[in-house]
Parts: sequence; structure tokens; C-alpha cells
Amino acid sequence: MAAEIQKKEILLPNERKMDFKERWAYTTHEMKRNWNCYAMLAPFMIFFLVFTIIPVVMALPMGFTNFDMAHFPPKFVGLDNFYTLFLEDDVFIGAIRTTLIFAIFTGPLSYALSFFLAWLINELHPVLKTIFTLIFYAPSMAGNIYFVWNLIFSGDVYGYLNSALNTLGVTTAAIQWLTDANYILPCVIIVQLWVSMGAGFLAMRAGFQGIDKSMYEAGAIEGISNRWQELIYITIPSMGPQLMFAAVMQIVSSFTVDMVGRMLCGFPSTDYKAHTIMTHAFDYGWIRYEMGYSSAVCFVLFLVMYLCNEGVSKLLGKYMN
Amino acid sequence: MATKEKSIKEQQEAENAAALEALRKRREKQHKKMEKSKGTNKQVGKSWTNDIGIFLFLFILGLFMLAPIYIAIVTSLKPVNEIFLMPPRLYAIDPTTDNFKDLFVVANNSWVPFSRNVFNSIFVTVVATVLHVLFACTAGFILAKCRFPGVKIINKIVVIALLFNSQVTYIMQYMVMAKLGMINTYSALIFPLIASSMGLYLMIQSVGQIPDAMIEAAKIDGAGLMRICWGIVMPNSKPALMTIIIFQFQAAWNSNGGSLVYDEALKTIPTVVQQIAAAGIARQGAIAASAVVLMIPPLAIFIAAQSNVMETMAHAGMKD
Repeated sequence: MAAEIQKKEILLPNERKMDFKERWAYTTHEMKRNWNCYAMLAPFMIFFLVFTIIPVVMALPMGFTNFDMAHFPPKFVGLDNFYTLFLEDDVFIGAIRTTLIFAIFTGPLSYALSFFLAWLINELHPVLKTIFTLIFYAPSMAGNIYFVWNLIFSGDVYGYLNSALNTLGVTTAAIQWLTDANYILPCVIIVQLWVSMGAGFLAMRAGFQGIDKSMYEAGAIEGISNRWQELIYITIPSMGPQLMFAAVMQIVSSFTVDMVGRMLCGFPSTDYKAHTIMTHAFDYGWIRYEMGYSSAVCFVLFLVMYLCNEGVSKLLGKYMN
Repeated sequence: MATKEKSIKEQQEAENAAALEALRKRREKQHKKMEKSKGTNKQVGKSWTNDIGIFLFLFILGLFMLAPIYIAIVTSLKPVNEIFLMPPRLYAIDPTTDNFKDLFVVANNSWVPFSRNVFNSIFVTVVATVLHVLFACTAGFILAKCRFPGVKIINKIVVIALLFNSQVTYIMQYMVMAKLGMINTYSALIFPLIASSMGLYLMIQSVGQIPDAMIEAAKIDGAGLMRICWGIVMPNSKPALMTIIIFQFQAAWNSNGGSLVYDEALKTIPTVVQQIAAAGIARQGAIAASAVVLMIPPLAIFIAAQSNVMETMAHAGMKD
């Protein structure tokens, strides 16, 4: 009996088993105690709630309706949209394949590449660091510069690539880079890789810059003898949060490849070769105005991204504090 | 017996001495290595040849990254008769600024003077960036370092919101803004930008790295949460701060609010440029010129922000 009481006293209030009433009282007490936290959170959260949360919450259930902007109110159709999606929509099945190809190439590959480049840049002189960071980030800053890629991959001999290949004697006729079903995927992947050194790359650069330099000195004394060990034992563990941020950004950007394909190959592309899940959602949402169906497509994509995110969190979890 | 013991003792002593000597030598070697690398960068395995190798590798990759931008700049400097020259050239034979002049002439011939659009762009970008950075930094600090009921669920929601960018969300966002009567006002352009969760998420992640002891110390010294956030946490996460400034400025500058405002006097530069570029292939030069002009402000901010990120020894003094 006495031991029990003692045990109870040692436990912190939030570790103790509480009934509902007690828990409620404790929570409200904690909320009152931390009122300034809520006050500081409020400015952002108000905007966040109105312009992000409410639209998302409104969009989620749309997938179970036939909402099309014309018939009001939208009718609840249950899982009909999802049945159609997986069992009848051949274009969607093709889109899954394309999206996965894009995701594999522009996801892990681009992630590893941004980390590797950020690391290499970090080894250089400070002035060179800024210059190279600028060079690799410039494509994301250039925004809508896709027309240049259209000039490069242009299907006639006026295109830079065709003209170069002709001059070198590699080809004799112009190749239809952006309309030939064989070349569409590689072309779009190249452009996507080019533009993908974005948020994640910059965050990793910031992560490298934030690492405490005395850690390396300590490492050298402890017996770290090459850069590889330094990377594994010091660098990666001390930039877990940035790696996580970059991973989330990469997941988002690699699963939602859409603009590049539409800008380069037009819409729809030959044989739907550049048709991703996101393009499918765009097609139904903005061209056919079948918002319900489009929302269902987005919901599937969201689930896939969420699962990926969970997996990555597990992988990187040991580097987070 | 005694001699045997003595010999063992001697042997041990000799061994110890040898080990000590070896250790001393190793330390000396390491010390020399560190002495040598002092002043440059105190990391092991640094050498000039390595640096040159890295430089060359990055240089070649950098050429690939820059090539399209270079082509855009060259195209913007080409007169019309050169743009469709065969074979296409990587330089302008007779560079002109006609394309830029064209762009401004066309832009000025619309309903409102171009200067008005420039003002709109700058106004929207500055307000959106300043407010977003202020709000996101405070909120990021609170979400990363304070424990109160609801903090876990809010953190989770931020990540989920980041993942859920659907085509449909934009339509819902429009409907919300229409309900609030914000369509065709500056607020329609600015407010959604402030709510972007990317900057907040980056801030949460970066502030999480600041040692708790630092914040505890400030608390004991009597600093309020606001003071801790802007006086201690933010100066120590400068790389992240600069990064979100870059992100936000760029997002705001390039944001095309064409569907949110229909009044010509409220349109920003990207919208106007898009209208001009809609003329298609005939304005190839002007499109390239506009891309180049639009690229300059984010570039300037980027350089300013990056050179501001000194190699801080952020929490060097903290040992926990």
C-alpha cells in the first residue's frame, strides 16, 4: 500500500493514469499555463486554417461525390469513383506506371544527387560555395523557362539538340524528341532532374552550414581518418531534420510531376506517355470539371505519398532528436 | 622467483613505454595534420588535388545546369531574324535589346501603365515575404520547442498539408476566398502565400536542432518566449531563416494570381507577362526577355541572403 502511494507520487502528472475528468482538468490547466504559446501560434495558424486546412478538408470528401460544379448539391456516390478509377480507367493505370517511373528517377536519384552535390559544395572555399549553390539552384529560380527546353528538344532541325546531332553526323534526320513515344519519358526525366535541385537542395546546404565545426575537430581527435567516415558518423547524424525536410519535398515533387510534361509534350501527350496521376487529376479537374473524380485521383495519390512519408520518417527517425 | 617476477615487471614496463611512445607519435602526427589544416578548414583529408577534382566535377555539372538559362539569355538578345536561324547558334551575332524594349512597349500599351504592375508585384512580394517569415518563424519555434496540449497533432497536420496539394484544393481555396469577399483584392494575392506550410515545416525542423539548454538558460534569465524566439533562436538558425526568405520571396514573386484578380490595376508582372507571351511563337524574343527580367529579383535576394549566412559556429559553446 505504502509502496503504491510512493510510486504514484514519483510519476509526473502526464504519465499517471487519469480518468476523463481529471485528464480534462489537467489539459485545460496546461492550456491556460501555456496561453502565450497559443498566442504566438495564432497569427500563422489563422491563415493556415483558412487557406490550407479548410480547402483540404473540403476537398477530401469530394472524392466520394459526383461534384462537377454544375449540379448542386453534389450527390454522394460512395466508392464509385474509385471503382471506375482502378477497374475501368485504362489511362489511369498507365498514369500509375508513368508516375512510378518518374518517382523512381526523380525521387531517390535526385535526392541522393542533391545531397551529394550539397556535400561536395560544402568542401569548397566560401566564395565558390555561394557561386555553386547559385548555379545549382538557378533552374528552380528561373521558373517558367520551359520554352528553352522546347527550343532544345524541338522536333525540327531548328532544335539545338537535333542540329548538334546532325552536325556531328550522329543522326541524319531530325528526331521528334517530344512527340515520339520512345523519347518522351527520357526527355521529361532530364528536364525534371534539371529543375529538381530545389527546396531540398537548399535546405541541405543550410543543414551543412549549420553543422558545428568543432564536431569535426573532435572527430579528428577521436580517430576519424577520412571524409567518408566523417560523412557517416558526423555529418549525416547532425543534419537529420534537413534530410527529413528534403525527403518530404522530394516525395511531393517527384509524385506530382505534371507541369513539365504538359509544357514540353503538350496535353495530351503521344500515347499518354507523359501522363502522370497529377496530369490525370488536372485533366478531370480543370478540363472536364469532374471535380469528384479528380478529387478521388488526388486522394489516391495523397495516400501513396503519405505511406512514402511514413516510411522515410522511420528510416530517418534515428537521426532526429 | 624474484628474478622472474622482476623480468615480467620489466617486460610490462617496456611494453607500456612502447605503447605510450606509439600513442605520443600518433597524437603528434594528428596534431601536425591539424596544424597544417589550421586556418583553412579544420577537417581531415583536405588537400588541394581533392578540391580541384571536386571543382572540375561541379563545374561540368554546372554547365549542364546553366545551359538552358544561357540559351534563354542569348535568345532574349537575338534580333528576330536570328531566332529562327539554321543551324541555331549559341551566341547572338548582332545582339540587340529590342526584345526588352518590345516587352516594355507592349506592357505599357495595356490598360494601366507597366509601373503599376511593377508596384503590385513588389508590394505583394514584400508583404507576403515579411509576414510569412515573421509568422512562420514564431510558429515554427513554438511547435518545435514548446510542449502544450495539441502540439503533436498540429505538427502532424503541417506535414499532411504539405503532402496534400491537390488540383481540387485550389478550387476550394477560391471558393473560401469568394465567401470572404477577397476576390479581386490584394489580399487574395497575399494571404494564401502567407499560409504556405513549407517554410513553417523547414523552420520546425531547423529549430529542433537548437539545444534545449540554450532556451532553458534564457528562460532562467527571465526572457519571454518572444524574446527567446527572436533574440536567441533565430540568430542561431540563420541558414534556415535565409532559406525560407529565399523560398518565400521566390514563390511570391513568381505567383500568378491571374485567376484571383481580374482588375488590370491589380495584376502582377507574371500575369501581365503571361498575357504578352500568349501571342506565342511571334513573341519568342519577348518571352525570353521576360523570363530573364523576372529572374533578376529572386537572384538578387538569393545572393544577398546567401552571403549573409556566415559560417556561424552556432552552438559551439554548448555541450550537453
